[in-house]
Amino acid sequence: MKGKYSLRASVTSELVFQDCKIPKDRILPGVKGLRGPFSCLNNARFGISWGALGAAMACFHSAKTYTLSRIQFDHPIASYQLVQNKLAWMLREITKGQLLAYHLGKKKDAGTWIPEQISLAKMNNVDIALDIARMARDMHGANGILDEYPIMRHMANLESVKTYEGTHDIHNLIIGKHITGIQAFTRTI
Amino acid sequence: MEPYEGLDFYDIESLLSEEEIMIRDMVRDWVDEEVLPNIEKACEDGVFPDEWRVALGEMGVLGAPLKGYDCPGLSYVAYGLICQELERGDSGLRSFASVQGSLAMYPIWDFGTEEQKNYYLPKLTSGEWIGCFGLTEPDYGSNPGDMITKAEDKGDHYLLNGAKMWITNGTIAQVAIVWAKLRWSNSWFHR
Ligand SMILES: Cc1cc2nc3c(=O)[nH]c(=O)nc-3n(C[C@H](O)[C@H](O)[C@H](O)COP(=O)(O)OP(=O)(O)OC[C@H]3O[C@@H](n4cnc5c(N)ncnc54)[C@H](O)[C@@H]3O)c2cc1C
Ligand SMILES: Cc1cc2nc3c(=O)[nH]c(=O)nc-3n(C[C@H](O)[C@H](O)[C@H](O)COP(=O)(O)OP(=O)(O)OC[C@H]3O[C@@H](n4cnc5c(N)ncnc54)[C@H](O)[C@@H]3O)c2cc1C
Repeated sequence: MKGKYSLRASVTSELVFQDCKIPKDRILPGVKGLRGPFSCLNNARFGISWGALGAAMACFHSAKTYTLSRIQFDHPIASYQLVQNKLAWMLREITKGQLLAYHLGKKKDAGTWIPEQISLAKMNNVDIALDIARMARDMHGANGILDEYPIMRHMANLESVKTYEGTHDIHNLIIGKHITGIQAFTRTI
Repeated sequence: MEPYEGLDFYDIESLLSEEEIMIRDMVRDWVDEEVLPNIEKACEDGVFPDEWRVALGEMGVLGAPLKGYDCPGLSYVAYGLICQELERGDSGLRSFASVQGSLAMYPIWDFGTEEQKNYYLPKLTSGEWIGCFGLTEPDYGSNPGDMITKAEDKGDHYLLNGAKMWITNGTIAQVAIVWAKLRWSNSWFHR
């Protein structure tokens, strides 16, 4: 697909099937219904909950390095409270996200996870990564918009990551259903 | 910029196995050496560099947690660390690995026949073939259950009709996992 501002190093396509003949031995016989795609998505979403932290850590690293070396008003901007507040917030959210991802990984290895736990980790870690990328962009001042720094690229990429593999909102609805027992996806309850 | 240092405020590294640390560092070094110097150009050109496909296969990280059929058989924590390091490079790179391992290889590994597993998985884990996953349609994104792509039973084959949109790796893939409705029940196909 043309015109993407996000995930530009990844190929995204439209596939059209018109009377496409599929030999019978190409069907995957082991599953019926939506459980098929959803079980794949569970694994991919788990990976995303870790991946988003990688993007967040790249942004944190760049923001920390940049603010320690950038002098404004005679001092490194990292010496100002507002900047330290941002760095502390980033470290706080990344650390929480890491504990979430690691514990979920152990649960995946032990086979004791439920899909809603994966929803929470995907939703949270992508959300904080996007906020961290935006904050890091701000902390780089005008330099933050340049491709010399990875920030703007991560920021734009994370917008896709927020949408694919179940949007942020859809994961909230999955968790909302888990809490209340009531599905809120459609009007018919 | 200063050399990259992972953030590890709560010393999670102390909980990782030696193998997990080794794999993380291998991917981290590869991202530093091969991805970061080339990523802006790849984005500008709007391409996924083919060398990256080859390297991911050689590093043995595609389909990381799957066991057997030449797959790496690593822990889920190791798989997570691989994703973390790839996405530190670029989300598009991690997307490639996610789609290949979790969305194309996993369904074959979990729901395929022995013949299908033996045929597809070794070529997908080595990176020789690229896989994609077609669930989303132009009119059905968050509600894939309402999809209209369908496969009709024609006796000795199925006839597939429909459209899938936003498919990562779609036009560069040799293997497509395509989800379609089979009359009244849902079922799914790959080709
Ligand atoms: C596309 C574009 C067009 C522009 N056009 C013009 C133009 O036509 N003319 C012109 O003169 N300029 C222009 N600018 C420059 C713009 O005004 C500056 O980028 C802006 O003033 C910020 O300065 P800086 O980029 O050096 O960031 P910095 O001043 O280095 O700021 C970096 C970060 O540190 C924070 N910070 C700085 N000081 C402190 C402090 N004391 N305490 C806490 N935090 C602090 C900032 O809020 C920011 O988050 C343009 C910029 C862009 C991106
Ligand atoms: C770069 C990229 C790569 C992708 N790769 C793949 C791929 O490889 N394979 C594949 O199958 N798909 C892929 N997708 C598609 C992706 O999974 C969908 O975009 C996603 O599921 C959302 O669907 P949609 O875009 O149709 O948005 P919509 O479903 O139309 O959603 C639009 C907005 O409405 C909200 N919304 C929807 N329903 C509700 C509701 N009931 N209540 C409240 N809010 C709601 C959503 O949260 C969102 O904010 C990719 C997408 C992108 C951007």
